[in-house]
Amino acid sequence: MLSRESSATLMSAITAFLYREARLQDEHQYEAWEKLWTDDGVYWVPANGADIDPERQMSIIYDNRSRIALRVRQLMTGKHFTQTPQSNLRRLISNIELMDEQPDNGDIAVASNSLIFESSLRDDTLWAARNEYRLRHVDGELRMASKKVILVNNDKAIYTLSFLV
Amino acid sequence: MNMMTGVPPWERLIRPDRVHGSLYTDPEIFEAELKNIWYRTWVYVGHESEVPNANDYVVKSIGPQSVIMTRDEQGKVNLLLNRCSHRGNQVCSFERGNARSFTCPFHSWTFANDGRLVGYAFPDGYEGQDKAQLALGRVTRVESYRGFVFGSFAAEGPTLKEHLGGAAETIDRLVRTSPEGEVEISAGFLKHRVKANWKFILENECDGYHPAFVHTSIFGVADSMIGKLYGGASTALTRDYGNGHTEIDLRPEFRKRDAPMSWFGTSEERLPDYTARMKTAYGDSAAREIMIDGTPHVMIFPNLFIAEIQMFVIQPLGVDDSVQHVTALQFKGAPDLNRRLRQQTMGSVGPAGFLLADDSEMYERCHRGVLARNPEWIFLGRGEKRQRQDELGFTVGHVTDEVPSRGIWTHYRKLMEPA
Repeated sequence: MLSRESSATLMSAITAFLYREARLQDEHQYEAWEKLWTDDGVYWVPANGADIDPERQMSIIYDNRSRIALRVRQLMTGKHFTQTPQSNLRRLISNIELMDEQPDNGDIAVASNSLIFESSLRDDTLWAARNEYRLRHVDGELRMASKKVILVNNDKAIYTLSFLV
Repeated sequence: MNMMTGVPPWERLIRPDRVHGSLYTDPEIFEAELKNIWYRTWVYVGHESEVPNANDYVVKSIGPQSVIMTRDEQGKVNLLLNRCSHRGNQVCSFERGNARSFTCPFHSWTFANDGRLVGYAFPDGYEGQDKAQLALGRVTRVESYRGFVFGSFAAEGPTLKEHLGGAAETIDRLVRTSPEGEVEISAGFLKHRVKANWKFILENECDGYHPAFVHTSIFGVADSMIGKLYGGASTALTRDYGNGHTEIDLRPEFRKRDAPMSWFGTSEERLPDYTARMKTAYGDSAAREIMIDGTPHVMIFPNLFIAEIQMFVIQPLGVDDSVQHVTALQFKGAPDLNRRLRQQTMGSVGPAGFLLADDSEMYERCHRGVLARNPEWIFLGRGEKRQRQDELGFTVGHVTDEVPSRGIWTHYRKLMEPA
């Protein structure tokens, strides 16, 4: 167990990290967002529930690190029409919890809830999700080793999800 | 609209090289399509491999109607309507499972998975009632072709084989990609909703004119070989099989490459297990041909799109509300190929797919666009002067030509016009 002080310090660093990630996503700062990932990062948005096997079943997003880079590069072209013009976005991050401070592999397990308001050419859309992270200290900075976004309605037909969720 | 009959004058809305914008946006036309197309012709519902065992079921649809596909204890596949014969409550609320019967939660009526009413609560109130008259509704005709199950609500009409016509051969080609000759649908579906009419999706599936532009963002960054297939110099073809079925035939380009598995951007060396199994199953020479030609790119009217590595099922919910159900094609006996098919499919399609997010953006913009009343028409004349007949008598054109759209609308008009 961490001491109460160091636990509070860690929680405060994690909260700042998650808020920063949210702002970079909302403001389409793709490259800055990409830098938040570790070299082995995995970005996963499952479909049809929270606990499917992504190696066997279809996910909405199941990106390894090189595919995260490809996703960012596509957004950077300015010709990814679903994000040209870009969606206007604001998201609320809440219910941040430290799920496991010192797991065996050294990564920190963190969870949060998010509520995202998207305004796009199609319409205004509300998205809600549970986010599960594994964060890691790399060169003194927090990085994402994995991010799993469990959309509340991921078992239903959903509209195009082309912003960074 | 013709006020007397509620039926629009189709010959004025559908011309050889153009169609009227209202065909995509008029709610009365949508209602007429449900009646004349979705609730009449053969519609793809599901695949036999989704209900492999006795008593398996999966909930599917025909247009907005919920359909339960079951395999009963005798092994027969049934298409039952998800509607209690008592008061109309949905009898099944889970997407899949294994059940001998469905019990309606409203008044506890219970139906066997072949549709028979087997019991109701407090039966003394139904003295003399014949249970056989109160079975679940069912899709009138059910037929399958190489595991693909189709349903038709019309008691009479063409058989499935007649409906598929020349396009049946594309499904034959598809299943040969498996060393055991069978497709499996086992990876689960992504469900991608678009605020657009279903026919924008239908027509885009074999539109070879758009990829160079709509998908430029991903072709530019992903070293994709797809772009060249749809260029001006491509020898690939568009084909109209009749009955609304259309194809983009990429084989001429793949045969020029003359490299097995190049169609999937890979090689025999990277798939040694698959290659060995294919050679054992078909012999060296035939296996090589299959692995050069690749899988088809074919749109089976009105809702089954085989897109080389994945399968889409188009579902219309309203005049401007549609769902694309999509999953990776999986081939029996090909685990190493299947893994790559799933990975590629997840990257390409669905709500966050590198390709389909942009296609779907076009569907939605087209739908909003055609609400403008001038020009009134969608122009579909590309390649009209250079289209020709292939050796089997099907109309073919350059890969970027609008042969498929013209074929779809010709068939559509036949279905919509009063007999």
